[in-house]
Amino acid sequence: MDTLACIKRVPDTGAKITLTDDDQHIDASNLGFTISPHEECAVEAAIQQAEAHEGTATVLSLGPPDAEEQLRTGLAMTADEAVLLETEGEEWRPRETATAIADAVRDDADANLGFDLLLFGDESADAGNHQVGVRVAEALDVPFVGGVSHLDVEDGTVVAKRDVTGGMEVYELDLPAAVGVKEGVNEPRYASMRAKMQARKQSIQRSDPPSSEFAGGIEKLRLEAPDTGEGDAEVLGEGVEAVQAVADLLENELEVT
Amino acid sequence: MSSNDLPPETKTVIIGGGIVGNSLAYHLTRMGRDDIVVVDKGPLPDPGGSTGHASNFLMPVEHSKEMTHLTQRSIEQYEDMDTFTNSGGIEVARTAERVEELKRRVQSAKAWGEPAELLTPSEVEEMVPYVNTDLVKVGFYSPGAGTCDPLRAGEVMRARADEYADGGLTVSPNTEVLDLHVENGAIQAVETDRGTVSADEVVIAAGLWSPKIAEMAGVDIPLTPAVHQMVSVGPISFFEDYDGEISFPVVRDMDTQMYERQHGNDLEVGSYQHRPILWDVEDVPSIEEAPLSPTQPPLTDDAFEQSMQDALEIVPDLLDDPEAGIRHEIDGLLSQTPDGGPLLGPLQDVDGLWSCAAIWIKEAPAIGEAVAQWMTRGWSDIDLHGADVNRFYEYGTSRSFVKDRASEGFQKIYDIVHPAEQYQSAREIRTSPFYERQQDLDARFFEAAGWERPQWYESNSDLLERYEDELEDFRRPNEWDARWWSPIILAEHLHTRDHVSMIGDMGFSIFDFRGSDVVDYLERMAVGRVDVDVGKTVYTPILAANGGFVSDLTIARLGPEHYRVVTGGAAGGSDRAWFEGHIPDDADVTLIDRSESLCTLGVWGPNARDLVDSVAEEDMSHETFEPYTAQSVTIGEIDAWAMRLSYIGEQGWEIYAPMGQGQRLWDVLWEAGQDHDVRPAGMGVYGTTGRLEKGYRLFGHELELEYDPAEAGLTFHGVKDADFIGKEAYAEAIDRENTATLCTLSVDDHAPDGGERRFMLGNEPVLDDDGNVLVDDDGRRSYVTSAGTGPTVGKHLLMAYLPQSYAEEGRSLQVEYMGQQYPVTVEVVGSRPLFDPENERIRS
Amino acid sequence: MILAFVEHTGGTPTEPSLEALTLARELAADTASRLDAVVFGAEGAATADHLGTYGVETVHHADDERLDTYAPEAWAESVGQLVDTEGPEAVVAPGTDRGQEVLAHVGAKRDLPVVSNCLDVEAGETYELARQRWGGSLVEHAVLDSETKLLTAAEHEFSPSEADTVTAPTVRPFTLELDESDFRVSVDRVEESDTTGVALGEARVVVGGGRGVGGPDDYDKLETLADRLGGTVGASRAAVNEGWRPHEDQIGQTGAKISPDLYIACGISGAVQHMVGCKGADNILAINTDPEAAIMQKADYAVVGDLHEVVPELNAALGKEP
Repeated sequence: MDTLACIKRVPDTGAKITLTDDDQHIDASNLGFTISPHEECAVEAAIQQAEAHEGTATVLSLGPPDAEEQLRTGLAMTADEAVLLETEGEEWRPRETATAIADAVRDDADANLGFDLLLFGDESADAGNHQVGVRVAEALDVPFVGGVSHLDVEDGTVVAKRDVTGGMEVYELDLPAAVGVKEGVNEPRYASMRAKMQARKQSIQRSDPPSSEFAGGIEKLRLEAPDTGEGDAEVLGEGVEAVQAVADLLENELEVT
Repeated sequence: MSSNDLPPETKTVIIGGGIVGNSLAYHLTRMGRDDIVVVDKGPLPDPGGSTGHASNFLMPVEHSKEMTHLTQRSIEQYEDMDTFTNSGGIEVARTAERVEELKRRVQSAKAWGEPAELLTPSEVEEMVPYVNTDLVKVGFYSPGAGTCDPLRAGEVMRARADEYADGGLTVSPNTEVLDLHVENGAIQAVETDRGTVSADEVVIAAGLWSPKIAEMAGVDIPLTPAVHQMVSVGPISFFEDYDGEISFPVVRDMDTQMYERQHGNDLEVGSYQHRPILWDVEDVPSIEEAPLSPTQPPLTDDAFEQSMQDALEIVPDLLDDPEAGIRHEIDGLLSQTPDGGPLLGPLQDVDGLWSCAAIWIKEAPAIGEAVAQWMTRGWSDIDLHGADVNRFYEYGTSRSFVKDRASEGFQKIYDIVHPAEQYQSAREIRTSPFYERQQDLDARFFEAAGWERPQWYESNSDLLERYEDELEDFRRPNEWDARWWSPIILAEHLHTRDHVSMIGDMGFSIFDFRGSDVVDYLERMAVGRVDVDVGKTVYTPILAANGGFVSDLTIARLGPEHYRVVTGGAAGGSDRAWFEGHIPDDADVTLIDRSESLCTLGVWGPNARDLVDSVAEEDMSHETFEPYTAQSVTIGEIDAWAMRLSYIGEQGWEIYAPMGQGQRLWDVLWEAGQDHDVRPAGMGVYGTTGRLEKGYRLFGHELELEYDPAEAGLTFHGVKDADFIGKEAYAEAIDRENTATLCTLSVDDHAPDGGERRFMLGNEPVLDDDGNVLVDDDGRRSYVTSAGTGPTVGKHLLMAYLPQSYAEEGRSLQVEYMGQQYPVTVEVVGSRPLFDPENERIRS
Repeated sequence: MILAFVEHTGGTPTEPSLEALTLARELAADTASRLDAVVFGAEGAATADHLGTYGVETVHHADDERLDTYAPEAWAESVGQLVDTEGPEAVVAPGTDRGQEVLAHVGAKRDLPVVSNCLDVEAGETYELARQRWGGSLVEHAVLDSETKLLTAAEHEFSPSEADTVTAPTVRPFTLELDESDFRVSVDRVEESDTTGVALGEARVVVGGGRGVGGPDDYDKLETLADRLGGTVGASRAAVNEGWRPHEDQIGQTGAKISPDLYIACGISGAVQHMVGCKGADNILAINTDPEAAIMQKADYAVVGDLHEVVPELNAALGKEP
């Protein structure tokens, strides 16, 4: 079974996110970049399923040339192949992204779907649109389930589970299928040094997808770091001396005891 | 102790709460200070600097005595705080060249008093079974090495400081310094986002942010953030059977400039091999913006590629553990200075402002202690001169200089660095007016404090033939011994002793002092009496209060209220800081730095008078221009000033002229000199061969804080009536029987095993007949402070302080060099010159 | 018409759906149009009374029992057909797994853009809107130009508020043309959670532990406190990464978003990525040794102290009471 994990290069942010002067982007000049956390799990899942079912795992990213770094991370995790749909660094919206990915996946196997299982992160860390996986699946006409916290493939069937209040919904999809996973679905492996070194030497398939034009759409005006409402905590005391005040608060004011 | 209510005023503010700031607070309070504020913009215990991400191992043996002693002392302190684990450390050699270097390591270990031995590959394997010893030719084992916990140590230090200060210590994390207030050249206050604190004294211990803080006071701390790449690989099943942080010696794979060290179940792999990656301090993110910490940006993958390959070679079994992966990978930021050394001491342009920056974890506790000593009593037990922040003063503080040198220096961290090795970058910063002429004569330039100085002249190579017989025994067949050296130096020396040479420029630092209080002031600074007749010169030690050496220099009286101080170029910055720092507030004394306005040309040798006289308007005869005096002279068209003295023990003068007229001065003497067989000679003659034959001491080699003037043999001034700094200790030193005495030794046999003739270069341990290093009653070990050939006396000469019982002329001893022991003989005890002991030549 | 996609439990609309309805009604008011709702499930019609208090005029109930079980593509196709026939100006769904998923399918099937996790929408010729990025750490201001606007409302960002005028909605069953293939994805079964505790997302009290807890065993103290308060324990991403707690316990950008009455954050620094997971909490009490920690600024109440000392004492103090 051949698997594909779609990943996105995003800045590795700290506790505070600062914006560029024009408020258009995160100021990443002193930051590193990483794979969105959900997508890191998608890569792990792709590798695990490929290993378990004797296939290959491919990582794919649509992004700037530097997204090669994230693809190599995927290769270092022992994915077999890497595909870069190279952009010029501008932000692509979900429709454009999904179209390009779907086209590439189709192209990859002479208009047949070259993969049995497509894995996405539930949402990208930066844009959080919750759409690319669904749109790719629709374009390729394969079933999709998102928000997946448990994933298994048995006898050609994907068993995907999604957390709901009080339990888990279970979905069963026939392959080929697409799944959006959430962090926690697995523990992404750390790349070994040897794998990381070999990954640096592996070749990456590159192509320049055409940027599709859609009627209507979303235009970003600017970003804003919201006010976090600092500085109005009521200090109840220091150390154990504060315990009585806390107990009073819980019992009498908030009535949660 | 921990509080964010800053007091409005305090005695001392320490900016920085990393290991350095904590150590300073601890030692200052231990020494009695009880009014201290420590601020850091980050939280505690890990404020986000390099204290929080260092690999935290301490390998004590270095080729620098001071750095070795600082690490030894730091290990003691970490042990005392229960934050040290003694794992030992092994440096492995993959190449033949490194094998030699590791022998030199053992030699340094012996000289500085740290146990060490060489290991065979199988011995290495026994101690660290995971090392691929197929690659290892030899190991250098340092049993005293280990690892520490600097964050925990910081907590212990703060707690202790709090106790010592008894309420007088305020530690304020999350407090950002916004400005330093300076008035009338003195620090007034530290402005923070939590208020302003007035202070008498401010120490910048802010690691790689130090330049930014210094800039607030208008001064420079020349360092740059530089990347040291490190990854952590785990969990490694092999380590799971071992408890604790570290059960195996730290391994340094020297030829790949990497280390591998166990940390719990992980292996930390660090590298200094990658290309230099320097940061601008402005680009270092804030604590909030940084995913890990400000000083742990993500690993630059491509730079680490070769390092991964090398690590996989040397510890394949661990790194190929199927369970293990790279759990942590960073471009760790550390502070890199132009010469790799720390930046310590008072910043001379702002009274009360100190630097304590560019310090590794391995030396931080001891440096905190030493700087605290410096601050509280004026000198430190371990000599910090080599680390004086002022050593780059006025030439080496620009960003481009710092970056160029830091890039070059980064590659030397684990490299084999020859003691005479020259920097290749950021050269030709200070050139004398003779420079072009010297270039025309094919000079080989060495650099000191930015000055380009000829070490020898290839154009003199014809002299090799002339002095073939004299030189025969002193050519150096071994490449290491002959690196950064030429036999031409010896030929120039012989020529100078036979005829006359021009040596210029020595790159001196020249300070003129004027004012009505100048006599009293200089009397207080110098051991020698300075209230001498106008025109006299005085060579004198400058001492710290403990009687240790701060400098040695020449003072000439130019007028009733006018003196000129001439000191070595390399010591210029720190000497100037010392002199300026000791001008009393109410005294009428002005220091005028003439270093950049006057050039110096030495003309020395038996023909010197004939030569100079032929172009001078004045009578240069012995009678009218006596030895050790100074006069104005006119050489050709040039109004100059000359001192009749010689560091190489010859007849002649140091001639000082305005820089703009220097080239003409050179040309006049050069043209006239053609009739007197003049040659150019380099600093090799001036600084080594001539000096050693004369037994002259060199600051930083023979003269340092750990030895007093009696031991150095510099008590010819006696004890003058006037008060001076260090007088009491000096007088005591004269009265007391020496514990050790500086001696001149010569090498008896350069090839006792019949092999290649070898020539010591300095810093070799001196041994007794049984091969034990000589140690005096104060625990000081004997080592070669200077080494060089004396071609006229026909011996390879060494200087060393010997314990009193060994300081006996004619006594046979041994010196260890590159793993081999060589017989030597004590030639002179004390300062008597080996060549021309009565100084007849200078007086001729 | 503005169409709200409403999820419900046994005929009672879910909280996020009421939040989305609140946004939808604002849009309806702005555009002077009608507010309708679309519901699925056997008991969908039962939502009508409740939806009336939110000003819904027509409740479109998918009349196909195959749709009683959640089937994202079929549900999306149904909404799409409703869009085709009714021509709403906008469809607003809650920012839940289902809401996002269904709307994304609608967008894909009808080739329309979708704006997820909206915070604020100004309806006009085009829509000017603010939406969450980075799990809520950043806000994106954008303009949406589309014939039918598909929006989801960010969770915990709108306070459900009833309409000034209560309506009596008409329930209008609608029939659909659905293929068997539209049902290829549907909930096959629901597995009950075997944990006895209260789910993080539902808990009224959550006790969170971060890196300051120091190790897995020290969570016992927090468990005890949570028990005393009838709550449950959560963790920061740092603590989960250390392996001290399972990922299910993670609160934050890539974990659970909680909305308890009280969140007690113990030894948690308060990084934005964590705070976006707990900003639904009515009250936050922070216990931290560092008075400067970000969490201390963002909390409503703070105790400066070591959780290892404070929490056991607090447990004891609470234990004394009946």
